[in-house]
Amino acid sequence: MDKLITVSPSPHVHSGQSVSKLMYWVIIAMLPAFAVSVYFFGIGAIYLTLLSVASCVFFEYIIQKYLLKTPVRTSDGSAIVTGMLLAFNLPSGLPPFIVIVGALVAIGIGKMTFGGLGNNPFNPALVGRVFLLLSFPTRMTKYPVAEGFGTPMIIPSEALDASTGATPLGIIKEGIKSGDGIGQILQSEGLSYTDLFTGNIGGSLGEIAASALLIGFAILLIKKVITWHIPVSVMGTVLIFTGILWLFGFEGHQIVLDRTGISLPLLQYTDKNTLELVPFHMADPLFHLLTGGLILGAVFMATDYVTSPMTSKGQLIFGVGIGIITVLIRVFGAYPEGVSFAILIMNGFTPLINRYVKPRRFGKI
Amino acid sequence: MLKTFKTGGVHPPENKLSSKAGIASLPLPKTVVIPLSQHLGVPSKAIVCKGDIVKTGQLIAQSEGFVSANIHSPVSGVVTKIDKTPDTGGYKKDAIFIDVQGDEWIETIDRSTELNKTINLTQGEIVKKIAEFGIVGLGGATFPAHVKASVPKGKTAEYLIINGVECEPYLTSDHALMLEKAEEICVGIEIMKKAIGVSKAIIGIENNKPDAIDTMKRASTGYQGTSVQALKVKYPQGGEKQLIKAILNREVPSGGLPIDIGAVVFNVGSIFAVYEAIQKNKPLFERVVTVTGKEIAKPSNFKVRIGTPISYLIDLAGGMPENTGKIIYGGPMMGKAAINTEIPVVKGCSGILLVSSGESCRKAIEPCMRCSKCVSACPMGLEPYLLAVLGEKSMFDRLEAEKVMDCIECGSCSYTCPSGRPLLDYIRYGKTNVGKIIRARK
Repeated sequence: MDKLITVSPSPHVHSGQSVSKLMYWVIIAMLPAFAVSVYFFGIGAIYLTLLSVASCVFFEYIIQKYLLKTPVRTSDGSAIVTGMLLAFNLPSGLPPFIVIVGALVAIGIGKMTFGGLGNNPFNPALVGRVFLLLSFPTRMTKYPVAEGFGTPMIIPSEALDASTGATPLGIIKEGIKSGDGIGQILQSEGLSYTDLFTGNIGGSLGEIAASALLIGFAILLIKKVITWHIPVSVMGTVLIFTGILWLFGFEGHQIVLDRTGISLPLLQYTDKNTLELVPFHMADPLFHLLTGGLILGAVFMATDYVTSPMTSKGQLIFGVGIGIITVLIRVFGAYPEGVSFAILIMNGFTPLINRYVKPRRFGKI
Repeated sequence: MLKTFKTGGVHPPENKLSSKAGIASLPLPKTVVIPLSQHLGVPSKAIVCKGDIVKTGQLIAQSEGFVSANIHSPVSGVVTKIDKTPDTGGYKKDAIFIDVQGDEWIETIDRSTELNKTINLTQGEIVKKIAEFGIVGLGGATFPAHVKASVPKGKTAEYLIINGVECEPYLTSDHALMLEKAEEICVGIEIMKKAIGVSKAIIGIENNKPDAIDTMKRASTGYQGTSVQALKVKYPQGGEKQLIKAILNREVPSGGLPIDIGAVVFNVGSIFAVYEAIQKNKPLFERVVTVTGKEIAKPSNFKVRIGTPISYLIDLAGGMPENTGKIIYGGPMMGKAAINTEIPVVKGCSGILLVSSGESCRKAIEPCMRCSKCVSACPMGLEPYLLAVLGEKSMFDRLEAEKVMDCIECGSCSYTCPSGRPLLDYIRYGKTNVGKIIRARK
């Protein structure tokens, strides 16, 4: 025989799956939510998303080619996913330089510092988002009022108060402080569950439409890009935890604690030198599920391959952790929204979970 | 209800091109090469010399110990030399070379095709004869059959599991055998039941072979205690641990054997060989081999004498396609890539697969993105990504702690990896070294 043949170890076939195929399916799954945000926020949503994606790809290319001098892998689509997720976490109408700074932090610090795809401990898009949230708190928490294509592409600083509003969770948080009931607050703001479901609310680009995000979830499940474990455990935990708080809520209850006891923001010191529980209203579980980017986080960000645990058992622990931390921040914390922080905190636990939570070994004695 | 195993598994395209081809007999080749190591365990010792005249079925190499097997001449002719010959991977191994002259069988073999149902031998005699006639596991592992048929003291077998799964894509040799030799296989099962002292036998067949399920069901109705279990198609269900789990829902303990949980597994091919040995006095010197590939003209199942060069089979299946890039000895998931077409068919060869050059190269390696698809695919509940990294870094202590020795090398991890990482290559490296360390400790 005069022909050269390949000799290699088994297996000799491959599933045909690839990094870029998986990434492009994630992008496709994000398109319904993107369409909804364009519908509500107009051309500004397209502008912001394109800018974020372009910046992320650009920074990844520059860093790989000139700084790290490693093979350029921007075509695998992971930078595009990071760019889209970052945009999904930003309010429309943000000035361009903030978006570019966010992309630089996401890709430069969040991803490439650790060696690129597969090595970053924290979700890059969330690193970028949280950096911006801490650096530009006012701009990052003012959401444009949805006016379709009439929504301003970039909102100048002086117009911030005129043309922006808060997210449903922010509204509730403020309302609770003034002592109103939940129903009262929602009614005065004209918010309904249909609005929450279809996306007719204030919020960052990708978080507003629960229905569109759930379509994306279905796409990811059908194409076997992700498994159900993380999204379901995050959403389930939030439903159950907020459900318990809601059903057995503090409303009407009075707890008196010694001054040396634990201190929660809900508890106030009274003149009697003891702690007392303030009567408190709690939004219902469905409201918590549909708002504050919970579904966006559970479906698209907590499921990030690199930063989530490797075993299904570990993924359930991870998801439950995110759910609990989210509710703790939302209900007891200073911020109205906690999904981003919860995911980042649990990202930090991922290596530990991987180390100790093992799959069930076949034939374990 | 279809059964299957729960942990992991993949479903590669089945490509069973030769499933309707039947089993064709071949004219004899001019020369045969009989490697002395065709089984798991100690290589056999040649008992013929250059110039000896041998008959078909004559013992030519003797078993060297308990875990070893006799080898019989597959042809009649003259021994031309005993020399080294490359095995599948190119390593030189001892072999007996025979020039074929006519086809004269030893007198004791009953060459009639009549079904013989009466089992005259006792349990001990059966096991002895299985050993004498050189029967090894024909599913691919080539473990000497008499070792498995000798149930160790203190252990009892409860079930005989017959492996008709053939979960490897492309291969159809067991399928064809079940369709054509169902009655013989059922008698073989009776013989094996007697040998290991069980009353229950279950034949596991995946439901991509409905004709084989029907045929075996019909054939087995006359035999008390033998039944057929249809299985959901999932690779690697033909692995004995996965098959036992699927059928009996019992798990072979880590480091243990099927007999520890009361099961003994034999491939349908081995069972047919047992039938021929016990009822027809025929040693194991031929087997069914699938010759297949997407480009090949006539995907076929051949009844082949051991020692036939694979080029001979490829020619009879329509010749080697122009764009062949890889010759796989066995199935695409666990088979070995052959170094050339002159290597002979051995007892463990279930198929020859020709792959086009376009499909024979691996995809480019990308970084691991920790998607955990390998963890979900592993049928042994291991973490291939971790084992591969530990293997790459030669961290053998941790590899042992992470149960690398449980790996069955099915290749589901490498198959499934979106980044195209050579996970199994690194795991094999680690496993080999950990195995050495464990043996040295004893």
